[in-house]
Amino acid sequence: MSATGIGAAVRRKEDFRFITGKGQYTDDVSRPGQSYIHFIRSPHAHAKIRSIDASAAKGMPGVLAILTGKELAADKIGNLICGWAITSKDGSPMKMSAHPAIANEKANHVGDAVAVVVAETLGQAKDAAEKVKIDYEVLPAVADPAQAQSAHAPQIHDVAPNNTIYQWHLGDQKAVEAAIKSANHVTRLDIINNRLVPNAIEPRAAIGDYDTGSDSFTLWNTSQNPHVARLVIAAFVGMAPEHKLRVIAPDVGGGFGSKIFIYPEEVVCLWASKKVGRPVKWVADRSEAFVTDAHGRDHVTHAEMAFDAEGKITALRAKTIANLGAYMSTFSSSVPTYLYATLLSGQYGIPNIYCEVDAVYTNTVPVDAYRGAGRPEATYVVERLVEAGAREMNLDPADLRKRNFIKSFPHQTPVIMAYDAGDYHASLKKAQELADVKGFGKRKRDSARNGKLRGMGYSTYIEACGIAPSQAVGSLGAGVGLWESAEVRVNPTGSVEILTGSHSHGQGHETTFAQLVSQRLGIPIENISIVHGDTDKVQFGMGTYGSRSGAVGMTAIVKALDKVEAKAKKVAAFMLEAAEGDIEFKDGKFTVAGTDKSAAWGDVALNAYIAHKFTGAELEPGLKEGAFYDPTNFTFPAGCHICEVEIDQETGNTEIVAWTAVDDFGTVINPMIVEGQVHGGIAQGVGQALYEGTVYDKEGQLVTGSYMDYAMPRADYLPSFKVDTTETKCPSNPLGIKGCGEAGAIAAPAAVMNAITDALGTEHIAMPATPATVWAALQKTQPRQAAE
Amino acid sequence: MSKVSMTVNGKAVTADADARTLLVQYLREGLRLTGTHVGCDTSQCGACVVHVDGKAVKACTMFAWEAEGKTVLTIEGLAQNGNLHPMQEAFRDNHGLQCGFCTPGMIMTAVDMVKRKGNNLDDKTIREELEGNICRCTGYHNIVKSIAAGAKAMA
Repeated sequence: MSATGIGAAVRRKEDFRFITGKGQYTDDVSRPGQSYIHFIRSPHAHAKIRSIDASAAKGMPGVLAILTGKELAADKIGNLICGWAITSKDGSPMKMSAHPAIANEKANHVGDAVAVVVAETLGQAKDAAEKVKIDYEVLPAVADPAQAQSAHAPQIHDVAPNNTIYQWHLGDQKAVEAAIKSANHVTRLDIINNRLVPNAIEPRAAIGDYDTGSDSFTLWNTSQNPHVARLVIAAFVGMAPEHKLRVIAPDVGGGFGSKIFIYPEEVVCLWASKKVGRPVKWVADRSEAFVTDAHGRDHVTHAEMAFDAEGKITALRAKTIANLGAYMSTFSSSVPTYLYATLLSGQYGIPNIYCEVDAVYTNTVPVDAYRGAGRPEATYVVERLVEAGAREMNLDPADLRKRNFIKSFPHQTPVIMAYDAGDYHASLKKAQELADVKGFGKRKRDSARNGKLRGMGYSTYIEACGIAPSQAVGSLGAGVGLWESAEVRVNPTGSVEILTGSHSHGQGHETTFAQLVSQRLGIPIENISIVHGDTDKVQFGMGTYGSRSGAVGMTAIVKALDKVEAKAKKVAAFMLEAAEGDIEFKDGKFTVAGTDKSAAWGDVALNAYIAHKFTGAELEPGLKEGAFYDPTNFTFPAGCHICEVEIDQETGNTEIVAWTAVDDFGTVINPMIVEGQVHGGIAQGVGQALYEGTVYDKEGQLVTGSYMDYAMPRADYLPSFKVDTTETKCPSNPLGIKGCGEAGAIAAPAAVMNAITDALGTEHIAMPATPATVWAALQKTQPRQAAE
Repeated sequence: MSKVSMTVNGKAVTADADARTLLVQYLREGLRLTGTHVGCDTSQCGACVVHVDGKAVKACTMFAWEAEGKTVLTIEGLAQNGNLHPMQEAFRDNHGLQCGFCTPGMIMTAVDMVKRKGNNLDDKTIREELEGNICRCTGYHNIVKSIAAGAKAMA
């Protein structure tokens, strides 16, 4: 392994601009003549818009335009869409409502845009907005997904009776029913996977810039996938033909899924820029982000796990209500279906699984993928059932898991996924050693002596990522393919630019992708640039999410590098006057096999462009190759996280005293970056378990509407993490990469809650397990006595 | 529209600012120093931390006119003569950043922390002192490592 190749903890190339304040985030971009837009948003969760009177506001200082949904419709700007078609059990299509970028007749959630003001300064836009009079007819609202389908709930969209979007299922209902009936033991849990707000620290932003001269648009946007944004805004929203729309996603300050989707704001900025003839900039306030960024999770589940007399799991059944919010966001339909139910086998050989999912509309912010997207929900269901089952049957939770681990691969689950490779026992064993599980009993007694309850919880998770084989997802309703693209441009002076369809918003691609190229071509890492985020530079790509950029994005680069190497060998053959088949390439040098005749990378690159050593009839000049890589399978990272907590019985406060994570990500390109991804994922999972939770009141008002009320994890809420890996290479891509970006967020909530329920001796505690929640549970239970 | 003058990163500057212009807006829009970021609207996230007269301050919670005549240091002013500040180096060396958005605020808070608490900072102290800085990417583990290393290097 070289100092800058695969497996090296190379310090990040992109860091210089970030540590010196020279990053170029969307709000750092200023266009000449820039104007500012302020969105007027419904303060009501559900209301008819009777009238909008902008007369008092129009003449105010600096106002350039005041626009509503009526003008948007009149200009024939199309609606936003959900791009994944899910079919209900009865064969009917999902009930997708219209989603205009500015609400036209009805506002459907607090935060729904109802009008916009464009002005010379943001202050002037906000001042004018206060003078716009909107007459609402307030309607009853429903925020709770468990209530959305009841007869009393207000009807939100005519297209969806009982606010039901689809009623979907997966698995063998009859076989599961039979297994549960004949089970030796059945564990049952009612589980809420609490709604979260992703809260990337950079708020979403957009600059729309229409150029009259070329009748074309440029959009700067905080997007994880600028090409997808361009495609949707061109083809579905109809803003402009695709070739007349450039989308630039510059430095982006975190995404976690929330910046995948195509939102109203970028559509309106583009449209408004043409209407006022000036660039139009929007940056979300944080409290605005709370009511517009797609939220995550929000499942209500009844789950059952059946065991035989030996503790082998014979069946799993789950019925889930998934809240998709007021409108169907871009990928929303897929998250509680194909990204969730297909992981309900966990790491276990469960022969019978059946899952039903009802997706519902409520008068809340739209819900879509958020780090893990469906897999944290699945892992939580499976791992809580296993833990509770172990306690009910008086079995050691680790032993029960080991009894049920899948041990031979490939393994076809009953829920579509076929796991390709893994060794779950190895991760568990290593985690137990690192966590000193053997010493837990003593630590527990020590805690008890100090009046604290100590608990330990496992989460042996698996997930499907490296999203995704196009034909497979297409057959399941996806409107797009999920391949990735790469173009390798070798310059005459031998430096290399990689144009990738992936996007980096914290993942360090400028470094990790360069490591791959440096090792493969044997050239210094400083001579390699990674280019992403601009549809004028990179032809097309599907973006970064679903832990796909290593497995899919880097494999596309490998395929392009294969082509570059092949062509370079041809050039070298002419230079060295040898047969192409005799040319070997290693460590940046081309040699004629069995001789000491060689040519360095730089010389070959120059010769490719000078083209003096071969005729145009023999070989085309140049050294630039592209590739599209479509994965043949999902990848299946898996691992074991062990969380140890100490609970203060007086205050209900839970302190995480130790965290051990042993993950199998296959090949690791940069261990420093991979660990960072695990740390960040765990932090978000701990946030879900202990601190975060989006609260709506009965009127659909978002109570947790800012950082004042929504508890973001701070540094002193979290421990340091012990992180290690085991490795079974992914068999489906040449690098053997499984991916790592979401694993921490997938594993963590179950580990925390299993530790807390272990300490308390009760299953009846919900996330977030705040001090108040834990304290209340303590009053109801007999905590295990401080022993000896 | 009136003008507000102060010293920023060692240079005397003047820019337009009205009564409600925040210091962070003055820096970002008036002076085009966009390294100081805005991440929230309730003064919690710390992405806007700068130093005013030698103390860490949230630039989103101060009006520009309040800084009239004062000395302001932003992230852009930390590196001297093309050399990175040891705290900046420490963040790069210890992978203390991922998306980079909270990073300027983290670094400015860290430098102030060392001034007040010394060069030998333990985990607990660092984590408590980071109460006013939120990061969503790193889980803080490497930020704490970076600050401990930067503190030592600043000695």
